[in-house]
Amino acid sequence: MVDLSVDLGFLKLKNPVIAASGTFGYGLEFKPFYDLDLLGGFVVKGLYFKPREGNRPPRLVETPGGLINSIGLQGIGVEAFCREILPELAGLKTAVIVNVCGEEEDEYARVAEYLGRHQGIAALELNISCPNVREGGRCPAQSPEATYRTVKKVKRVTSLPLITKLSPNVTDITAVALAAEEAGTEAISLINTLLAMAVDLKTRKPKLGNVMGGLSGPAIKPIAVRMVFQVARSVKVPVIGMGGIFSAEDALEFMMAGAAAVQVGTANFVDPDACLKIIGGLTTWAEAHGLKKIREVTGSLMA
Amino acid sequence: MVIDRQARLVEVESWGDYFLFTFYSPEIARQAQPGQFLMIKVSENTQPLLRRPISLHNAEENQLQIFFQVAGTGTRLLSMKKPGESIDLLGPLGKGFSLQPELSGREIFCVGGGRGIAPLYYLARKLRSSGARPVIFYGGRSRTDLPLKNRLQTTGFEVLVSTDDGSDGFPGLVTSLVEAELKKRQPAYLYACGPDPMMEKLAEICRRKNLEAQFSLESIMGCGFGACWGCVRKIRRNGQEKYLKVCQDGPVFPLEEIVWQESNDG
Repeated sequence: MVDLSVDLGFLKLKNPVIAASGTFGYGLEFKPFYDLDLLGGFVVKGLYFKPREGNRPPRLVETPGGLINSIGLQGIGVEAFCREILPELAGLKTAVIVNVCGEEEDEYARVAEYLGRHQGIAALELNISCPNVREGGRCPAQSPEATYRTVKKVKRVTSLPLITKLSPNVTDITAVALAAEEAGTEAISLINTLLAMAVDLKTRKPKLGNVMGGLSGPAIKPIAVRMVFQVARSVKVPVIGMGGIFSAEDALEFMMAGAAAVQVGTANFVDPDACLKIIGGLTTWAEAHGLKKIREVTGSLMA
Repeated sequence: MVIDRQARLVEVESWGDYFLFTFYSPEIARQAQPGQFLMIKVSENTQPLLRRPISLHNAEENQLQIFFQVAGTGTRLLSMKKPGESIDLLGPLGKGFSLQPELSGREIFCVGGGRGIAPLYYLARKLRSSGARPVIFYGGRSRTDLPLKNRLQTTGFEVLVSTDDGSDGFPGLVTSLVEAELKKRQPAYLYACGPDPMMEKLAEICRRKNLEAQFSLESIMGCGFGACWGCVRKIRRNGQEKYLKVCQDGPVFPLEEIVWQESNDG
């Protein structure tokens, strides 16, 4: 029997596979497909304090091996989440992680503080990296200073562990990662989507209503692996890797490059039970390679 | 809602770009309702990445039918599947047409434009078995765009066709045909599926005639089951306009809820 558990220090997971925010609804959407307790954890869709309308459609466009989305964090807001959804998630034996958003730095703190007063949340993921909510795809994760300030503000108001989610749309990802670590984040997750665009030749218009969006899917995996590798070498906190993971082999690549755990995103749309297949595939791979503990894969890259 | 990874394709019929597939998929067939749809995996690799939303044309006993038109890479790959192949289907999805019980004995207009005819056959069957009298309006650019005409007629439905080029039936848009018929008849309800311009025009006609209606909308979809929020359309509900998911809150919406100016180009 392979031991799939991983220990992030602040959080023990039964396996390293976490469903990624923005691709897993509020969790309940996947209940018809499988027992959520089988997951290492899942991250619910990003929450602002107030409900949010999201961007004008069309919001999706497929590109080779990828998907550009410009959803714009449509959602019910943190109050409705705590009132209507969180009780439904109570009793789950998996890590429920809540993705926290903000129009400005203080809103992140308000949302985190509100969530901190509720039971059943294993950790917060700070979404300082969504490319779809500000003009030109800007976000706090593009600046080490803004990253530091946001993490610090949230740390001050909650004792819940923080996972800071970074953007690939930067010049030096390690500078941002170090800033998050210095501000006290318990872990780093990366990468969020890559700022992208597609054009309709017939109409000469952008294919997305919001012009630009975030690219995800297999197309971005090599960039994500590279950035996980760079960050894992630079920081001491655990790194959670994501970006185009569709198979156990993809997950293992991230782990070898330094990820302690992984998140699975776009694959959930194609196969609602993608996470389960990947968890199963990790066991198969470990058995085939005579490995007793999957956590031994983390950082095992020969470089 | 189930994933049937081994739905067997038992029959393929085709007319140019239009395809009618029959699947053996007992579990989905048992749950299916008119107006619901499937998310179909068209490729084993990541090109294209996403499943394709295709509406249900019929469900009977253990079998499902879909009727679709090749419109891009995904539907082209789907059209190349052969009888005997197993295909991964997710469904049935969404909220379909709601059948009003008071319609029994009354005439009901079912208006389909092009491939929008797909969900109306199943709907018309259900309407007929509940005692209503469906009249199917089937519009296309040309007579080659009306491949289901004979089939609909031989199953005993009253079918009125229109072609933009006048090659069959009423010459002109299907919406003009509906308007002409409304001068002679008084249907109790209208159901429609088709391209947005057709539906927007129909909405205007229904409002003018005070005719209640439900419309099935199309949208680009990521997942089909409410997780991605990619397929939204602007909907007016409880006095508020907001983006609702076509996959979960729809694809069928009551006429008065649909806000047209924000319509999807999709």
